[in-house]
Order: sequence, then structure tokens, then C-alpha cells
Amino acid sequence: MAELEVQIKEENLVYRKSPLLTDKIMHYCPGCSHGTVHKLVAEVIDELGIQEKTIGVSPVGCSVFAYNYLHIDWSQAAHGRACAVATGIKRTNPDKMVFTYQGDGDLAAIGTAETIHACNRGENIAVIFINNAIYGMTGGQMAPTTLIGMKTATSPYGRDPKIHGFPYKIADIVSQLSGTCYVTRQSVHTPAAVRKTKAAIKKAFENAMAGKGLSFVEVVSTCNSGWKMSPVDANKWMEENLVPFYPLGDIKG
Amino acid sequence: MAKIKGTIIVDIERCKGCGVCVPSCPANVLALSHHVNGKGYNYSYMANPDACIGCASCAIMCPDSVITVYRQKFE
Repeated sequence: MAELEVQIKEENLVYRKSPLLTDKIMHYCPGCSHGTVHKLVAEVIDELGIQEKTIGVSPVGCSVFAYNYLHIDWSQAAHGRACAVATGIKRTNPDKMVFTYQGDGDLAAIGTAETIHACNRGENIAVIFINNAIYGMTGGQMAPTTLIGMKTATSPYGRDPKIHGFPYKIADIVSQLSGTCYVTRQSVHTPAAVRKTKAAIKKAFENAMAGKGLSFVEVVSTCNSGWKMSPVDANKWMEENLVPFYPLGDIKG
Repeated sequence: MAKIKGTIIVDIERCKGCGVCVPSCPANVLALSHHVNGKGYNYSYMANPDACIGCASCAIMCPDSVITVYRQKFE
């Protein structure tokens, strides 16, 4: 059977890069989860047919350049303020689908107040939260989400709760607020997990369109450069260490 | 007996050689090449092309969306 050749033509096509992704090569490190989540956002917007209606708000952090990679309208917010900016955009353009794309240094550290109050007000936006337990862009410093004992540039002997406090689960916190309609925690370390994350993002965007309240999608991710591992080892490390502390699945809705 | 066979096309110059596609393949088709692309990355390629079933797991995992997947049924 070895002589059977699959013909490269449209009717045999199973998967190709989403047309919503630009041709620009992403600046992310090899194996970075950001690329996978960008791709999922592009695919979901394409499937829902809302390219013209979508406005994204990019954060400060590695994903600050997200606006270079997706063919949709973007705004870029000051550090941590993406939820506040998205609130303004959504309230002045109620027919648009507005989402923020933030990392843990942005959403869970400097932007905690904006995030919690946007969730509490029940703004009709979707929040995509990339949690890799580290400040990736600035060189791998400790973040509020860093695990106990995890070594980073600013906790070289591991995070000690006596000095640095405890890591916290912001998705569990916002799930307590009445304004959120859907809170989930997913990951992108296996093909099955990627499919689940895509379904979660789709549900979040549909909720934002339907005006049901704020949808919060946390994606437990890797930062292989910050963790000083190969991309494949980082996925394994994430599954063994991050996932037990940040259990995957729907928290609300 | 009908046989389903797949194949992939890797955009070599965009591939960053991260290797997350390699363990994601259920048929152990992929490997990183000993050759490098223009940026010096060992790009992904089909080391065992006959085993490919066209499931697209590699393409779904690829952070840089460099993999295009085709599948055909042979009667």
C-alpha cells in the first residue's frame, strides 16, 4: 500500500491555517502557548462569522502584539486595564463582540481591581486569561500565580509563602461574583485539551454576543523560556505541577 | 479494504522546531529534521509518512499554524 499517494487538493483538505491569521511570523518563542490560543481565537471568530463585529483588547505582556496576528479590530490597553477599556468599547458599541486577551501578570497582578470589578458589573465581554505562572516578557519573574516552591528569576530558591505569599486562583474568585455567566479553566497541552479550549472560547464569545454577562476563560499555559525547559518538557511539567493546583474544567456555567 | 491515508505539508520557513507536534502524533509519524531552515531551526517533517492517518492532531497543536493536513480514502 506504500505507493498510495494522497492528492493535494481542496476536497482532501482536513486542516489549514485559519484565514483570519495574518502572514506575519509570530514573535513568540518556539512552542509558546500564545500561538495556539491565538489560532483558536481566529478559528472561533471565523466559524461564528463575526470578523467584522469583533474588537479585541490586547494587554501588556508577551501578547501585547496580538494585534499583529489577527485580521480583526484591536485596541491595546495600559498594563492591567484591558477589562476597563473593553467595558468602554462594549458600552459604546453594544452590537460588537468585545474580548480581552490577557496574561497572568496583567490580569491577576496589576489588573486585579479592573478584572474583578468588570466581572462584578457583569459586562458583556469575554476575557481570555493565559496563566503560565510567570512574567514571561520581562524575563521570568515571579507572578502572583507562581506555585509554591517554583523557581523564578526573583525567587531563585523557590517561592516561599512566608516571604512571597500564596498563589491564587483568580478564576475561582470571579466565579463567586454574580456578574459572571461562564467561568472555565482549560489548557492547550494535548490535542484533546486544545479542542476543549476552542469549545470554551466559542461559548464565551456566544455569551458576549447574547449579552448574558462576563465569560472568563482561563487557559493554563506554558512559558518554556521562562521555565527554562524545552517546549515538550514544559507541557509535561505543566501537566504534573500546574494542572493539580489549577484543576481543569468548568467552574461556573 | 478501504484505507484512509493522510499527509501533511509543513511550511518549513515558518516552523520554529518546537517539537510539540512530535509527541502529539498518535501514529509516530513526525520527527524533527537534521536539516535546518533559514532561521536555523530543525523543522518538523514526516519521518514515517506511510503511517499518517490525517487526524490533524499535529496541526491542532502547532502554535505557529505551519501544518496543513490532507486525507484521502482509497477503495
